Amino acid sequence: MTDLTRLNAASLADLIATKQVSAVEVATAHLDRIAAVDDRVHAFLHVSRAEALAAAERVDRGEVTGPLAGVPIAVKDVVATEGIPTTAASKILEGWKPPYDATIVARLKAAGMPILGKTNMDEFAMGSSTEYSAYGPTKNPWDLGRIPGGSGGGSSAAIAAYEAPLAIGTDTGGSIRQPGAVTGTVGAKPTYGGTSRYGLIAFSSSLDTPGPCARTVEDAALLHAVIAGHDPRDSTSINQSVPDVVAAARLGKNGDLTGVKLGIVKEFAGDGSEPGVTAAFRESLDALVKLGAEIVEVSCPHFEYALPAYYLIAPSEASSNLARFDGVRYGLRTGDDGNRSLEEVMSLTRDEGFGPEVKRRIILGTYALSSGYYDAYYGQAQKVRTLITRDFQSAFEQVDVLVSPTTPFTAFPFGSRTSDPYQMYLADLFTIPTNLYGGPAISVPCGLSEGLPVGFQIMAPTMADDRMYRVAAALESAVGTLTPPAL
Amino acid sequence: MAAISREEVAHLARLSRLAVTEEELDRFAGQFDVILQSVARVGEVAADGIPPTSHSVPLTNVYREDVPTPSLTQEAALSGAPDAYEGRFRVPRILDEEE
Repeated sequence: MTDLTRLNAASLADLIATKQVSAVEVATAHLDRIAAVDDRVHAFLHVSRAEALAAAERVDRGEVTGPLAGVPIAVKDVVATEGIPTTAASKILEGWKPPYDATIVARLKAAGMPILGKTNMDEFAMGSSTEYSAYGPTKNPWDLGRIPGGSGGGSSAAIAAYEAPLAIGTDTGGSIRQPGAVTGTVGAKPTYGGTSRYGLIAFSSSLDTPGPCARTVEDAALLHAVIAGHDPRDSTSINQSVPDVVAAARLGKNGDLTGVKLGIVKEFAGDGSEPGVTAAFRESLDALVKLGAEIVEVSCPHFEYALPAYYLIAPSEASSNLARFDGVRYGLRTGDDGNRSLEEVMSLTRDEGFGPEVKRRIILGTYALSSGYYDAYYGQAQKVRTLITRDFQSAFEQVDVLVSPTTPFTAFPFGSRTSDPYQMYLADLFTIPTNLYGGPAISVPCGLSEGLPVGFQIMAPTMADDRMYRVAAALESAVGTLTPPAL
Repeated sequence: MAAISREEVAHLARLSRLAVTEEELDRFAGQFDVILQSVARVGEVAADGIPPTSHSVPLTNVYREDVPTPSLTQEAALSGAPDAYEGRFRVPRILDEEE
């Protein structure tokens, strides 16, 4: 019999819709796979077996239909799931069960997608390796001694390890795309405002964007279509129709990119990428040219300031957002001995509940927002954000999409970048500009460097998510997908 | 010269309501020095007269119809609270005894 965990989401949906397999069989196969391998991978913080099987039964009874009905999914632990523990991989929320669903989770449920569990991540989505999870890191299925990327390393590793065919990630500075790149999977960040933030535990509200993780571009597009669209509960949700990303992915599969202009960013050259990353990227460019695409070099002079601007803006917003963890409304409270004041209890709770990277960013953000420094740091970073947006707009007058490696280096060994926080931040060098601009971007596997996956990034104009899916599917048709070694 | 002193980091931690330990202060102070020198590069950009971007979606006030809709019950809202009392969040004392 076919191993159901090896099939992509589109095939599983077909088999379930035509009653060749039941949704319960599909959910069970993935739950069994999790039970068999997750002690080694540690992609999951919580497995919701009973809830997943109940949702699958509803599909089998014909109560829910849809393009992905019965296809199980893993959800990053920063997304609220009613009654299922949601911790953002932080001790401060250990055991918290949200009293409501995030909008995107409500949409998954309405689409008949059983939720397998909650995936590991860097605490509050701050990091590029899952090493900042309070519950221990996730291992990369390609090499269990290496990081799976971050912050959404659990979601991408779950897919790469065949524990789930699809997963939800969130991308603030690259947290969907960089894990996708280093695990050899697809990860897409939709246009900011294209997918609802309602029910995401906020990190940096002007940047946070939930999106799909998958093993194929078409699967990512199918999931994108389920979760995207206007949500009145998110005041920054875009009230426009969602581009037809599924049709675009299917169009791209035919491998014809005649007349499509791909921009390569001059300022990204000489950026310190590993030679194997650069080589795989160049070979993919050649493959795209063979499909009819034209390569144009464009200049984005402010991109080199994206990383510093991001590491002012995101921590500033985080320092404000994480003020809600005060030991009063949910989560941990420590040191409440009847003698200490609210402020003392709050400070002890936050010091015990938050890990080192979260504390660093809260303090950094507090600094960047404090009077006397505001203009030089946060204010200046917001102006740089405007200039980066203008760079994108000017580039998209010349080309259809921009392309780059997703991240400068492949999966690195555990512990190799934790001593110097800035070395970790460099993982996001190529992914961050898009977040500041707000456009969509996708990472697609494009080859191996010394046996480890390399990601190819495609960035498109805001609300042109369909364009990136088309190019991504064309690239996938040319270079194929990647299969990790057996666990 | 260090971009930020240990004392400044301690002050920021207090403002952030983080009761950091001495060991954490030692570690963070050195790390902030590296991080701040890196992020300070935004100052190299000539941006006088450039409007700031707080958000990539060009939206200002978003209104909805002023119609009551169901929301969380009191019980659900308190379900995650570390301490609750008679339907409310219970907090440690906020005033000194003598006040």
